[in-house]
Amino acid sequence: MRLKEFWHRLGSPRWFYQMSGPWQLGFTVAAGVLLLVGIIWGVAFAPPDYQQGNSFRIMYVHVPTAILAQSVYMVLGAAGVLLLVWRMKLADMVLQTMVPFGLAMTALALFTGAVWGRPTWGTWWVFDGRTTSTLVMLFLYFGLYALRQAIPRPEAAGRACALLAIVGTINIPIIKYSVEWWTTLHQGATFKLTEAPAMPIEMWAPLLVNVIGIYCLFGANLIANLRNEILRREQATKWVRELVARPLT
Amino acid sequence: MFRVQFHREWLSMMRSRDEVLNPLVFLFLAVTLFAMGFGGDAKVLGEFSPGIVWVLVLLANLLSLEAMFRRDFEDGSLEQMVLLADPQFLPVLAKITAQWCVTGFAMTLLAPVVALMLNMPVSALPTLMVCLLLGTPALSLVGAVGAALTVGLRRGGVLLALLVLPLYLPVLIFGVSAVVDVMAGIDTVAQIYWLAAISMLAVTAAPFAVVAAIRISVEQT
Repeated sequence: MRLKEFWHRLGSPRWFYQMSGPWQLGFTVAAGVLLLVGIIWGVAFAPPDYQQGNSFRIMYVHVPTAILAQSVYMVLGAAGVLLLVWRMKLADMVLQTMVPFGLAMTALALFTGAVWGRPTWGTWWVFDGRTTSTLVMLFLYFGLYALRQAIPRPEAAGRACALLAIVGTINIPIIKYSVEWWTTLHQGATFKLTEAPAMPIEMWAPLLVNVIGIYCLFGANLIANLRNEILRREQATKWVRELVARPLT
Repeated sequence: MFRVQFHREWLSMMRSRDEVLNPLVFLFLAVTLFAMGFGGDAKVLGEFSPGIVWVLVLLANLLSLEAMFRRDFEDGSLEQMVLLADPQFLPVLAKITAQWCVTGFAMTLLAPVVALMLNMPVSALPTLMVCLLLGTPALSLVGAVGAALTVGLRRGGVLLALLVLPLYLPVLIFGVSAVVDVMAGIDTVAQIYWLAAISMLAVTAAPFAVVAAIRISVEQT
């Protein structure tokens, strides 16, 4: 029953705005601490790889951004369903504000991957399964961004993007597995739910910290963006006017 | 319902032949450009021919997409279709089928000529045609989603390419790899099954997405 109530309230931007201030603070602090600890631990204290030496340390940026690039797209697909089925205003805002973030993460994952590939594989770029599907995801993000820009009416733009996000989400696994048809150069997933990682704990522990940290960064970014967007879209309403008129304490 | 709509689409396409012919002429023109671009080296051209044929089929298909809903959108019949009491799955599917007949299916029939211009070995032609026959429905279906989303926009052209081409990638991969494998003498049943599976999935899912996209496009005007 309480879950249902929470669900219902999530439809109200005003309620979300009033509740989410502390959440944003929590996520921001957690992201800062975790990423700081994870990066310093990974770059300065984790043991060097017996084959790759120190070059593997870029993994502590590459893997989290790559994981997040996919997760954000899944979030966009889920937001698309929420928007089309329940017409939830917040879902539209997620769909709008998180595209640049996902685009940035995908670009970062591709860039760090290229930098890592040069010493390890001997080449900046290879069209193998994972690199290609990540590149395609970059194009899908661009498509969402361009479609939103092209449609003048915000409501129609939101629903068009929702549909595109859903179609894209269905396609990502197909694209991924079709590209993996080729014998692939990229290693498999680093973290699996069912198995222990094939790395010693000194190496993967900082990575795990970084992954959790970047999810917190995503949370903080999401909430901050949503709060801005709520104020922007609801600027004509009474509660926003009162909020803005009130002196800061 | 399907037959009526299909008949209507067929008539309207036959009365605007240029729209039907332009993508096909583009296909031949682009093939000629590629042949010139390779400087007449028939052997190299033959090696790359599967990729060239497939990419050009993709692009020619893309060119035909923009016109797919444009006229119906402008004269209001798309709006009438949205207002239908019956499920709109069938008319949409009929529309896409008609479009496929003059693009994907026509290109399948023309493929041997195109492939021979590119010096593809004759033994690979049956596989190429089967792959095109099974793969191009997915192109028309997925493309229709993009076309329906962008039909109301003034400058939809480049955007349409940006939205649709990434989704064409699986068809391209399996289509090309099947033809490459058959040229190397390897069994290609797996890729052909994959193409069929992708098209089946597209047939079942894409028309719903097209209906939703048409509604969004119609409502925003």
